Amino acid sequence: MSHGVNVPALTIFILFFVLVTVMGFLASRWRRADNAQHLDEWGLGGRSFGTWVTWFLLGGDLYTAYTFVAVPALIYGVGAAGFFAVPYTIIAYPLVFLFLPRLWSVSRVHGYVTPADFVRGRYGSKGLSLAVALTGILATMPYIALQLVGIQAVLDVLGVGGGADSNWFVKDLPLFVAFAVLAAYTYSSGLRAPALIAFVKDTLVYIVIIVAVIYIPMRLGGYGHIFDSAAHKFSTVNPATGKPAGSLVTGENAQWTFATLALGSAMALFMYPHSVTGVLASKSRNTVRRNMAIMPAYSLMLGLLALLGFMAIAAGVGKGVKGYNAQLAVPQLFADMFPDWFTGVAFAAIGIGALVPAAIMSIAAANLFTRNVYKEFLKPDATAAQETQVAKFASLLVKVGALAFVLLMDKQFAINLQLLGGLWILQTFVSIVGGLFTRWFHRWALLAGWAVGMVYGTWEAYQVASPATKHFGGSSAAIPGIGEIGYIGLTAFVLNLLVSVVLTLVLRAVKAPDGVDETSRADYSAEAGDKALEDAPEPMAAH
Amino acid sequence: MSSSEASKPDTGASPGTVPVVTPERVLAGISLLVPIVAMLWVSSYAKVAPEAGGMPFFYWYQLLWVPVSAVFTVAAYLLLQRDEKARRAAVQDGGQA
Repeated sequence: MSHGVNVPALTIFILFFVLVTVMGFLASRWRRADNAQHLDEWGLGGRSFGTWVTWFLLGGDLYTAYTFVAVPALIYGVGAAGFFAVPYTIIAYPLVFLFLPRLWSVSRVHGYVTPADFVRGRYGSKGLSLAVALTGILATMPYIALQLVGIQAVLDVLGVGGGADSNWFVKDLPLFVAFAVLAAYTYSSGLRAPALIAFVKDTLVYIVIIVAVIYIPMRLGGYGHIFDSAAHKFSTVNPATGKPAGSLVTGENAQWTFATLALGSAMALFMYPHSVTGVLASKSRNTVRRNMAIMPAYSLMLGLLALLGFMAIAAGVGKGVKGYNAQLAVPQLFADMFPDWFTGVAFAAIGIGALVPAAIMSIAAANLFTRNVYKEFLKPDATAAQETQVAKFASLLVKVGALAFVLLMDKQFAINLQLLGGLWILQTFVSIVGGLFTRWFHRWALLAGWAVGMVYGTWEAYQVASPATKHFGGSSAAIPGIGEIGYIGLTAFVLNLLVSVVLTLVLRAVKAPDGVDETSRADYSAEAGDKALEDAPEPMAAH
Repeated sequence: MSSSEASKPDTGASPGTVPVVTPERVLAGISLLVPIVAMLWVSSYAKVAPEAGGMPFFYWYQLLWVPVSAVFTVAAYLLLQRDEKARRAAVQDGGQA
């Protein structure tokens, strides 16, 4: 790493940062509605986004800075196993195509803002709704924290953020500034701010990736050479473990892990509250469907980005450095390969790539808290304006919490928790997706299934050891009864489903009291402009 | 309260003209299933040869599936558009039953 500050790159980086800050504040005037005090306005952008805005918003939301840094870092470290991100995003869209339109419709008819709102209305169960809401908040917090890790990686390579000798305040000052600004415009503009900034973010990301996958291989002697270097690295036996560090193609015994990770992650993706927020903000059912067909453009970008991990190997990034932080591999590759000004553009893409999802995630977590904890348990008669005020304040708290998380605790802890977050959020799948198609499941059975999945998954993940750590060393373990290694989250999900089915049978047999379902079948296929929608109760008056 | 689904009038289904399972819906389901099955069948693509431009099969094959999956999803979208149009038309013909 160079020790001086890269001035041209830093200048470009700061220019883009100022640009998106101005956009963030101006966003509150973009498509402003009359009833600005409504949580639908601040928390869902007025449910007004069309196909293209939704596409940029979802792309900016799902493909985060941490993804940009972590996916190639994984490829850089272990090779093929890290490429599961590609089948994961291929599987995700056809899968969610089946149920997201139904979630949009029923949420639009009943004014639901969060997935927990839907669970509350469908099963008439405060307990199950609270479980879904808390799981969402718990899974989102470390995710926000990890966006900071993305920014930190960029700042490190830029040469700001100080060396080991500077004190913690100077070191983290740029991060404080970035987060304070983010918090301020999210507070004032709500979901409109990340929606507008997403245009800049996604455009920058596309430009940088396209340039990178053409320009860098030209400098490195072509893809053939890049993969040869990678093959060489992965065939070298690590003297510490007695095994090669990774492989160029998934081995026979790693295929279950690869497939279950892809499937489990795809199922979890749209259970995350911030994904649901992006979906519910769109203006029609067809907008949601169309987006599932055009989202793969981002997946292609992610796949190309993953290849940068191999390029970092071929370029000799971190070669011979003991304990090299793989998270720095791609930022360092950019700094080594690109002219300084373009390094600035690339780093701006990563930096802004952290701000957009961090904003949406904090809004989603704030919506959950406001709707499913505050309004449900603390102040049932809260007005729409009070809800909005609480949500704005909660979004600040969430961000301060995430910042404290990264600064005060070990970064590894945030990474562990994010790993667990995916596993946890997957345990809400049965309640949410099951509920979108059938009312057969009993609310108490779903709650029990959720609890079993959470406990089993967390315990299994705790027990996974790796050369680097004793616990939480990975996300896969032996699948009981099959004897293959698979994604723990998916195993926990299957267990969760089994418990839910068996207990539902038992509870139905003993005629346990069923909750009130406020939805009707037609709600699940309602489209904007339908009579049912026009007659729908004012959103937020749902309960 | 027991099964409210059964007790409420079934307003979503059309009055007898369009069945629940239509060729459009089946084809749409298959279109969505194809990319999922292709990607979960890891042993079909976990190999180095044939390479394309120096890239092992494992990588270019998966990258190729990204646009292919989008084509299948577009097909499902168009099929369901047709299906929903037919359903809406049937509801209107049925005279607000």
